[in-house]
Amino acid sequence: MMDQLLQPFASFFGPLWVVVWTLFKIVLIVAPLMGAVAYMTLAERKVIGWIQVRIGPNRVGPLGLLQPVADGLKLLFKEIISPAKASKELFFLGPVMAIAPAFAAWAVVPFADGLVLANVNAGLLFLMAITSLGVYGVIIAGWASNSKYAFLGAMRSAAQMVSYELAMGFSLVCVLMVSGSLNISEIVTGQGAGRFADLGLGFLSWNWLPLLPMFFVYFVSGVAETNRAPFDVVEGESEIVAGHMIEYSGMAFSMFFIAEYANMILVAVLTAVFFLGGWLSPVGFLPDGIWWLLVKAAVLLFVFLWIRATFPRFRYDQIMRLGWKVFIPLCLLWVLVVGIWILSPLSIWK
Amino acid sequence: MAISFPTICFYLFSAILVFAGLRVITARNPVHAVLYLVLAFFTSGMIWMLMQAEFLAIAIVLIYVGAVMVLFLFVVMMLDINVDKMREGFWRYLPVGLVVAAIMVAEMAMVLNGRYFRLENQPAPQAVDAGYSNAQDLARVIFTDYAYPFELASLILLVAMISAVMLTYRRRESIKHMDPAAQIAVKAKDRLVIHSIPAEKEESGAESTAEVTK
Repeated sequence: MMDQLLQPFASFFGPLWVVVWTLFKIVLIVAPLMGAVAYMTLAERKVIGWIQVRIGPNRVGPLGLLQPVADGLKLLFKEIISPAKASKELFFLGPVMAIAPAFAAWAVVPFADGLVLANVNAGLLFLMAITSLGVYGVIIAGWASNSKYAFLGAMRSAAQMVSYELAMGFSLVCVLMVSGSLNISEIVTGQGAGRFADLGLGFLSWNWLPLLPMFFVYFVSGVAETNRAPFDVVEGESEIVAGHMIEYSGMAFSMFFIAEYANMILVAVLTAVFFLGGWLSPVGFLPDGIWWLLVKAAVLLFVFLWIRATFPRFRYDQIMRLGWKVFIPLCLLWVLVVGIWILSPLSIWK
Repeated sequence: MAISFPTICFYLFSAILVFAGLRVITARNPVHAVLYLVLAFFTSGMIWMLMQAEFLAIAIVLIYVGAVMVLFLFVVMMLDINVDKMREGFWRYLPVGLVVAAIMVAEMAMVLNGRYFRLENQPAPQAVDAGYSNAQDLARVIFTDYAYPFELASLILLVAMISAVMLTYRRRESIKHMDPAAQIAVKAKDRLVIHSIPAEKEESGAESTAEVTK
């Protein structure tokens, strides 16, 4: 039916139709994502406000709902200043390098059965490769700013993001072992099969239960990767003011901001996809659909904010210790456990 | 002659790759040079992707661009390099460099024009069906036919890693270390004793009303 509806457009554009249609689909992903980013900032301020027994923004529009629009307009009209001794090209390349991977990674994220921009076979690898590029934005910005605080922030983030990427990668190795596929859609559908799923209790057959330590490692590493509290030494306000983005103003600053929130939403959605069954329904009598993914991601995003309002900032050496001495050995052990489990007669992934 | 889309991509990526490679050695600022090297790695990954080696293409981006070059950049940014001083010996070392380059070009030409490695002997990559997984095929070959060399390579890497750690590791006795397990095991009542002291009259002039001692 869809094909018939699109037929007149396809014949109008001729050979360019593939490009036009793909661009249209990209807009369909990016536009709601930008909306989500905008309202994530409001949700963050509101939720943290409520946790700290404050009201949060409530002046612009009903219940403060237009606050993100006001913030966006304000940033848009601000002057973009670059430091006199900055490396100009790199100074403006920094924000671009931060925001591009944050959006490009969404190409392989499956929102529902068949609802994915690029259903590539090596989707998981693509995702890991693209998200590993995000650190360049921070490093380039920190170096090009020619400022000590910015440089300190960049150095901290380079070490932190590379360390936690390993833990994230290893926890995904476990996911990949139990699914036997690098295709993200297949990873989701693989979670919908099993003894509990047959009983109508799908949520017990998702990856989070057999891979519980990896679920934890992945999510915490995700918090560290996005430089969110309590791992926000990269931009620790009380130590180095704003880290790598201290010299940025206006839209250049807001691009870092958007990238951070887009990454946060990405980590939440990916945790839902890899460990919480993506678009699958938790119980047998309710239909599967994209709304389940959105609900799971929203809950995880709330956890992001909850963590920020609860924990004090980690000290830098403690962050490194957690990554290298706790998470990575735990991951290596669990890879072994899962490997033995799969080969043993007790395997639940047949 | 109709030029196919992959061919256009190939020439585009090759041009970018050659340009980036040139800039690596000509850029005045070492940080810029490293960033051009990043671009070169990324572009060569794209060329591998065109050759349908998707696993290798993503692996080079993941490992070289995403991890190795980040640490490389990290180190280069920390270095205090005096570019003029480094350029001093340029003309003196140029003949040696040219000889080395000429030998390398000759060797590459010999390999590429050799009897068995001729480009025309290499078949173009076959079109694959939709369900084909490059990673799966590669894994099957690595862990069956080439399991022994593969494990050997990983062992060599492990040895290299351990020796690198050992070479740079220095035990410093003077530094105070924390024991996180001991820190976590601490309970408030082991460290803190709260005494209840009755309130004093104002004329006594005592300053402290409550005292916390160990």
